[in-house]
Amino acid sequence: MAEKEEAPRVGVFVCHCGINIGGFVNVPTVVEYANSIPGVVYAEANLYTCSSDGIDKIKEAIKKHNLNRVVVASCTPRTHEPLFQSTCEEAGLNKYLFEMANIRDQCSWVHMHEPEEATEKAKDLVRMAVAKACLLSPQEEPEIEVNPVALVIGGGLSGMTSAMSLAEQGFKVHLVEKQSELGGMLLRLKKLFPLEQESSAILKQKIEAVRSNPNIRVYTNSKVRFVKGFVGNFDVEIESQKGEVESLGVGTIIVATGADVLEPKGLYSYGEDKRVVTQMQLEEMLETGDLKGVHTVVMIQCVGSRNEERPYCSRICCNEALKNAILLKKSDASREVYILYRDLQTYEFYYPSLEGKARDLGVKLIRYLKEMPPQVSPEEDSVAIKVFTPLLDEEMTIKADLVVLSTPLIPREEAKELSRILKVPLDSNGFFMEAHVKLRPLDFATDGIFVCGTAHSPKDVAESTPQALGAASRASIPMARGRLRTAAITAEVDESRCVGCGVCVELCPYNAIQKDEKGIARVTGAVCKGCGVCGASCPERAITMHHFTNEQLESQGIAALGRAAP
Amino acid sequence: MTEFEPRIIGFLCNWCSYAGADLAGVSRFQYPPNIRIIRVMCSGRVDPPLVLGLLAEGVDGILITGCHIGDCHYISGNLQTKRKFTLIKRLAEKAGLEPGRLRLEWVSAAEGQRFAQLVKEFTDQVRVLGSSLLSGDKPDPDLLLNMRAAGAAAEDSRLRALVGKEEKLVSEGNVYGEQITQEDFDEVMTGAVDAEFARHRIRLALLEEPMSVKELSERLGMEPRRVVEHIVAMRQRGWVDTQEIRGSSPIYRALEVP
Repeated sequence: MAEKEEAPRVGVFVCHCGINIGGFVNVPTVVEYANSIPGVVYAEANLYTCSSDGIDKIKEAIKKHNLNRVVVASCTPRTHEPLFQSTCEEAGLNKYLFEMANIRDQCSWVHMHEPEEATEKAKDLVRMAVAKACLLSPQEEPEIEVNPVALVIGGGLSGMTSAMSLAEQGFKVHLVEKQSELGGMLLRLKKLFPLEQESSAILKQKIEAVRSNPNIRVYTNSKVRFVKGFVGNFDVEIESQKGEVESLGVGTIIVATGADVLEPKGLYSYGEDKRVVTQMQLEEMLETGDLKGVHTVVMIQCVGSRNEERPYCSRICCNEALKNAILLKKSDASREVYILYRDLQTYEFYYPSLEGKARDLGVKLIRYLKEMPPQVSPEEDSVAIKVFTPLLDEEMTIKADLVVLSTPLIPREEAKELSRILKVPLDSNGFFMEAHVKLRPLDFATDGIFVCGTAHSPKDVAESTPQALGAASRASIPMARGRLRTAAITAEVDESRCVGCGVCVELCPYNAIQKDEKGIARVTGAVCKGCGVCGASCPERAITMHHFTNEQLESQGIAALGRAAP
Repeated sequence: MTEFEPRIIGFLCNWCSYAGADLAGVSRFQYPPNIRIIRVMCSGRVDPPLVLGLLAEGVDGILITGCHIGDCHYISGNLQTKRKFTLIKRLAEKAGLEPGRLRLEWVSAAEGQRFAQLVKEFTDQVRVLGSSLLSGDKPDPDLLLNMRAAGAAAEDSRLRALVGKEEKLVSEGNVYGEQITQEDFDEVMTGAVDAEFARHRIRLALLEEPMSVKELSERLGMEPRRVVEHIVAMRQRGWVDTQEIRGSSPIYRALEVP
């Protein structure tokens, strides 16, 4: 390729970022220094390199000075690299011939009281970026076709919502549910907060819509047992309970496998005394009216959550407790209902009214401390609950007919297996983890796979629904386009050096490397995510990690010492 | 400025640690300006010879940071970082470099303050150690030879294969279904590191000038018996051959290693 063979002609653009950089780093000095670095043929300062004016200047300079590499010294590549890369592309320069020096977030902002040192560091960072830029090669992003078919795993509310959205856009959807019927967690719930809607009514509507949509094929009593391939071209095997296996080709995958509710075995006499139940069991009792003789009810929040084992807040249990407390009061106003809580989480703006409503109805909210949890002792005609309440600074005892434990949503046991099959990560709590909490909240780092609902984290219906619609929307993008470009930052094996030891095949977290018929390792570019672990591990050093090559990293390190690469 | 200012290089993974360093900036958490950050996609991409090579070039300290275990953007890349860092430490220690010049830590995208604190701590730690004996115009020749040998050993396929397979061997066992404990593995690794490091020292010394076993033994402070053992192994690999017989002692020379 032409750029590779030509001597580097680097253009350096140093951004003032208003006073964000210019107020601490002497930008003119850095520009002057940049001009002295071998390989640099042009350097200038910009007030804001990312402004349309700054962008135009880069394009002009590429043409005027015949630049074949561009370095921008400004903020972080994590936010601005794509912008400057497309600027290069617009000026006819391959976008992989661009490099950034982070002289704001990692320099001017963190050395605000040392302007001289910050300026010296900015020079070093520019020299390091130029050193890498000189060794960059243009990369091509291969274009692949996308199979406009989606796989949705999980037939609960979220899965059905995603499936319907995609089907309505005209895509074929395979919806896989492990149970014998669609519905998921909602099958076990009765009334939904905040408006106390019948969950069965919502469910019935969804299930009918899904069942009658010709674009959706439903597989009940089934699970995904195998997934291979990459965005646009996944090969999937679905296995039914009877052991029948069906192979499918899909372009995108949505994970909507939901969560389980913690069974609080051994906590607060649960499992030993029938008068201690969970909120889920209370739902049943409310539905069947099986509450004869229940006059005093004590609910305990944060049972098995926000502790060392499960540090997270399950978020929905406070609202659920309030909702059920209101229902208990409504069915019999003479009932005494207590909620023992650590911190009341009635988030979202329409929920605080639940708390007010409960208080108005006479539900008693009593705070307890994590260090002094309530003590539950079953007696013959009641269950005694001793609790220290910090507000009154005293211990009180309540004799209850029913104790209701609010337990958290927990990850499904099968999540681990699915995470392995799909090569997508779980977080430290065991829920599926998105690629980025703010920038890519519905995507996995693996392209073409998305997440929604309680598989991702504890959520209620009002939160799961928009997330499911969002995941469907994300999945529809590559399918609607029909073609997409995959990343070029991938590994490549030098056949002549590969000895077929298989270390890379085992270490690749995405199964992107396989041995071919000759026993030589081959990387499937569309599957490779560019981590480079294979390259750093190859016993023969036969793997090149494009855009982060050994030579490029070494040259940056040597440049950091103020020297030219050997 | 009269006080010694160390030159520190940080290798940060793109997804957690680099974002954490950016957050330190956004939050204006101040830290010493000695560190120069190199962004890699995954901390598991930091190849041991690269780190050892930069230390041989005179870098005063190297900090590697990645996502917390369990939070790796690439699922398991940081487990490899840990394995590789252990190899780097073993070899650097063999070479006689102060272990305090190297540090591996996990920094998440949310830990801006922790990143700033860590850089401060590490800078102080390296400052106390003083300038690397390999920095400046006159690097310590013995340490330089040792560090080059360490770097070459880290490029060696035997050590790389062991480290590459370590995770699987220790967690799942070998192809015969035998479970291998970390202690067993470490024992094998210690032996392999010792041998490869010694062989590369001999090779580098012979590249400087051909020598007899006795001369090598004196030059490298290695028992003659060990030198002979390694020479035998190195001959089989085609690394050395006999240049001449001087008196009754063979003089060995290093061959170009492909």
